[in-house]
Amino acid sequence: MRRLIDHPWFWRIAAPVLVGALILCVWEWACRFWRVPAYLFPRPTQIWRAFIVGWPVLLAALGSTLRVTLAAFAAAVVLGTLIAFLFVQSRVIELSLLPYVVLLQVTPIVAVAPLIIILVKDTQASLILCATVIAIFPIISNTTIGLRSVDPGLAAYFRMNKAGRWTTLWRLRIPGALPFFLAGLRISSGLALVGAVVAEFVAGAGGRGAGLAYEILQASYQLNIPRMFAALGMITATGLVLFSLMSALQQALLGHWHESAMREER
Amino acid sequence: MNAPVQAASPVIEVRSAEKVFANGVRGLGRIKLRIEPGEFVTLIGPSGCGKSTLLKLIANQIDPTSGTVLWWGGDFSAVGATDRRLAFVFQDPTLMPWAKVDANVRLPLDFAGVGRAEAAARVAAALDQVGLGEAARRYPRQLSGGMRMRISIARALVTEPDLLLMDEPFGALDEFTRDKLDEDLARLSWQRGLTNVFVTHSIYEAVFLSTRIVIMAANPGRVFDEFVVDAPCPRDEAFRNSDEFAAMCRSLSVLLADASRASGAV
Repeated sequence: MRRLIDHPWFWRIAAPVLVGALILCVWEWACRFWRVPAYLFPRPTQIWRAFIVGWPVLLAALGSTLRVTLAAFAAAVVLGTLIAFLFVQSRVIELSLLPYVVLLQVTPIVAVAPLIIILVKDTQASLILCATVIAIFPIISNTTIGLRSVDPGLAAYFRMNKAGRWTTLWRLRIPGALPFFLAGLRISSGLALVGAVVAEFVAGAGGRGAGLAYEILQASYQLNIPRMFAALGMITATGLVLFSLMSALQQALLGHWHESAMREER
Repeated sequence: MNAPVQAASPVIEVRSAEKVFANGVRGLGRIKLRIEPGEFVTLIGPSGCGKSTLLKLIANQIDPTSGTVLWWGGDFSAVGATDRRLAFVFQDPTLMPWAKVDANVRLPLDFAGVGRAEAAARVAAALDQVGLGEAARRYPRQLSGGMRMRISIARALVTEPDLLLMDEPFGALDEFTRDKLDEDLARLSWQRGLTNVFVTHSIYEAVFLSTRIVIMAANPGRVFDEFVVDAPCPRDEAFRNSDEFAAMCRSLSVLLADASRASGAV
């Protein structure tokens, strides 16, 4: 028992889980004590029951949302990286395109989404496009900064040895940009999910292949608040999983050399 | 190598080279300097005397505004074509943090397209020479500052240079480590018959390492005086503790004070 407590991972997992359990208990107790009706604010047990009852539909909806999220995330990574590479190739390109990238970032997606959904005929494609627009910015900005922030000493060394453009890119710029890129990946994965849910809300697309946002909307129309919470919980859980996966990737690629992923040595 | 005409020519000949920077500052004014094979020449002088600029000129990192620099009696473009090589060691180790020590040392061989097996053997030999054969599979950040500098020197030695240029390589190290590295450098240079051009701020380091010390003064950067260190090589701890070492340090210190006065405002 003592060994388990000493393990560095114990508190990283046990502490948040304990806090979560405590909140759930207080929540359950408070709702029972003040007799809050389920249609105003459901108890954790009621939410769980709603999940048990509705899980085949909810899980299918999650699958839909996840498909949009992953497609948008992939598109954001590929396009964002390409744009970043384009930016560092020439100052002129960056200066002429950067304002539009910023424009994309500062315009609230909720405001643009209806337009995209009207313009793009295929619903699935329009959802992915919305989510990509949200998710792409951190990739572009982080990768650009990463590719630019090359150690000047190393850059001079490469130049002195007459290393070619590609060698410099492959052996110096890309490894140097990796920490920045991975940090961007972590933010972008979460934003892709946000983008997917927002787009689904705006599109209000139901029927086959409806996402979790549609389930939330439906549940709210029917005052099925526990089901709404269940769907919300699933979105949150998905976000957490995505974030953890990206953190694990960061740890795997940078753990041995970069400060951002180093564990403290004892 | 055996051609008598080439043997007669100095390794470096700076012929009235002048460097005027874009802002109009005369970094170097009409420098004349000959460096013969096997010499260990140290450039020393007050800040702004152009010692780093002169070293960069010799490294062909910058071009003189007027005058010429000859390498082994010829143009720099001939350096790569013959089997003459020069290597440069910076103030910082400038290692790739994401690459293991052996990959860092192998970098110049990768640039030169040296085959895997030969490169591995040469890397191992270079690491042994700087006393870090054990560290091959470690990452730079797992090593101390002195060890990282040794790796940087190994990366220079692995190219089997004829001329080694070093710009205050041990300036950031503690005195004990610096003394140790100076001893190793003195031994390695002597063993390999290297020609060295070395920049430092330290009088003790200059006297310990050099066969000849070039004292420079500023406004404009120029050769103020020369000081021949008449002591047998390779040098070791005993030389550093000798009376003649102390006497030479005192003489050099006086010359440096003169150079400093001749440079105007400090």
